[in-house]
Amino acid sequence: MQNDMIGPRGPKPRSIFRLSNLVVYGTITILALYYLAPLYVMVVTSLKSMSEVRLGNVFALPVNLTFDPWFKAWSSACTGLKCEGLMGGFLNSVIITVPSVIVSIAIASVNGYALANWPYRGANIFFTILIFGAFVPYQLMLYPIVIILRELGVFGDLAGLVIVHSIFGMPILTLIFRNYFSSLPAELFKAARIDGAGFWGIFFKVMLPMSLPILVVAIILQVTGIWNDFLFGIVYTRPESYPMTVQLNNIVNSTYGEKEYNVNMAATIITGLVPLTIYFISGKLFVRGIAAGAVKG
Amino acid sequence: MLMESVSIKNLDLNFGSVEVLKNLNLDVHQGEFIVLLGSSGCGKSTLLNCIAGLLDVSDGQIFINGNNVTWQEPSERGIGMVFQSYALYPQMTVEGNLSFGLRNAGVAKAEIQKKVARAAEILQIEALLKRKPSELSGGQRQRVAIGRALVRDVDVFLFDEPLSNLDAKLRTDLRVEIKRLHQQLKNTMIYVTHDQIEAMTLADRIAIMREGKIMQLASPAEIYGRPVNKYVADFIGSPAMNFLEGRVEKGAFHFAGGVLPLDQYNFSEGMDGDRDAWIGIRPEHVLVAETLAKADLTVSVRADIVEPMGADTLLWCEFGGQSFRIRLDGQFEIKEGDMIDIGFTSNAISLFDKSSEMRL
Repeated sequence: MQNDMIGPRGPKPRSIFRLSNLVVYGTITILALYYLAPLYVMVVTSLKSMSEVRLGNVFALPVNLTFDPWFKAWSSACTGLKCEGLMGGFLNSVIITVPSVIVSIAIASVNGYALANWPYRGANIFFTILIFGAFVPYQLMLYPIVIILRELGVFGDLAGLVIVHSIFGMPILTLIFRNYFSSLPAELFKAARIDGAGFWGIFFKVMLPMSLPILVVAIILQVTGIWNDFLFGIVYTRPESYPMTVQLNNIVNSTYGEKEYNVNMAATIITGLVPLTIYFISGKLFVRGIAAGAVKG
Repeated sequence: MLMESVSIKNLDLNFGSVEVLKNLNLDVHQGEFIVLLGSSGCGKSTLLNCIAGLLDVSDGQIFINGNNVTWQEPSERGIGMVFQSYALYPQMTVEGNLSFGLRNAGVAKAEIQKKVARAAEILQIEALLKRKPSELSGGQRQRVAIGRALVRDVDVFLFDEPLSNLDAKLRTDLRVEIKRLHQQLKNTMIYVTHDQIEAMTLADRIAIMREGKIMQLASPAEIYGRPVNKYVADFIGSPAMNFLEGRVEKGAFHFAGGVLPLDQYNFSEGMDGDRDAWIGIRPEHVLVAETLAKADLTVSVRADIVEPMGADTLLWCEFGGQSFRIRLDGQFEIKEGDMIDIGFTSNAISLFDKSSEMRL
């Protein structure tokens, strides 16, 4: 009997090679290749010896695989007079980034919490001024900050740079924390007040435990921003405490002798590894946090 | 003088230039269950937040157990509050939620355990103590929220639409449970809702609010039977009261539907003069069939629409020049197009002044 025929029901599955799929995935593939090409060139170049680089076949795979450029970039490439590689700069960058990230997030989260839940007299004006700060070009403030740091006695110290980074992170961080805390149910805050928790009690016991997504967003923004900073690093520190980005520039832009493209490529990749790692570890949380903050303004 | 549990004197609250509460006075007796009832935006939740200390008042005073608490912190007022959204701390267990207030107050550990255990027993949530709020159903969450007020041994419970987020069946169950809890604990309770069934079933007294003022504060029976004005009459009762225009003259109400003698109508003091007025007739107070004998006025109408609702049948007809609702027993046999005799008696109606809309 025909009715007993066994088989899948519903319309016939469509070929995965149909035109629309080819167009979409073709475009995606081409775009991906376009953006990946420079990275590919960097990686392969960094794994070639200089004699191979001189041949000029930038897309060719290395014939004799070598990791020497990486070691040289890390420990013996010349930045100006010294030839100690990026190692010292890496340490400096860590010493700058870690406290800056912690201090700026600590202050901005409390700022945002106070603005969202404890509206005090003048809170809106304060917030407006703070946000205005986000739109002023950094370069305008370079010299005034030099004077301020000099008067505070921290000009040229890493401490001075940490202060500058913490302050410059304030507008955008305060904004995202304020928006996040505003999006949490107001009744939760009221319940905690009735339960007798104070300003800090509510912050640490109720608000902060709910803030993981937005903390991840803040950490990514700050780590990437501070790690990649060049301008403040070169202006407010002395050569012995230059961050990695400044040393990278000194390696790459050194005009002495032959340009060691393989070493330059390796140094650049090493410098970019930290923000990349942070992003790959917490990328998912990052997206969720951005979305969470965006649901309610 | 008997000390009132909660006493609110000349309370004003403004948000910028908007007056939310206007010179509001309210006395709540010890152990009384007061329901603040009104449509959204009437200021009922705002009033509750003022009592809780979550909003700073613009003027006036709030007393709890005789103490002026107008400027005290919420935690120092001896109040517990239950919110519509439960407002449980998501990262704490049920036990942590219940004990949070006590821990903030620095109560000894053994004492906390005892109080949490007692509250959990009263609310039958002992089995849930180790769970997180996300692992609870809506009804269980609201129980925990009530428990949070319970453990703190507060004098006054404040409920801010606690059942509005629950489905109909659960709402009825928890409503009964709140009533039982009140009988058991005998605390003062102030309960905000826009649901008149909750108000009628739970309250010792209902305060009907509108535009930041209390229109009427009285027992549910009084509010239902003798509403002070047309707004309250219209607000309470489902299906809503029928209103017809007419004129009170020489002890009778003259309107398009006929003349109703007012011999049995209990006029408010000094309100029995001749004037233009509204008559308000509840759909369930229309007389039919054998009760027609008691009627002061009988008319015949045609059934336009019959809506059977199980226990009751709602009948729509044309009377006095407008659409008129009659609530009949569910057993009453009638179909659309039938003629039916209906009657009215003056002791089951309300009269309101035409312009001021106040009860006559």
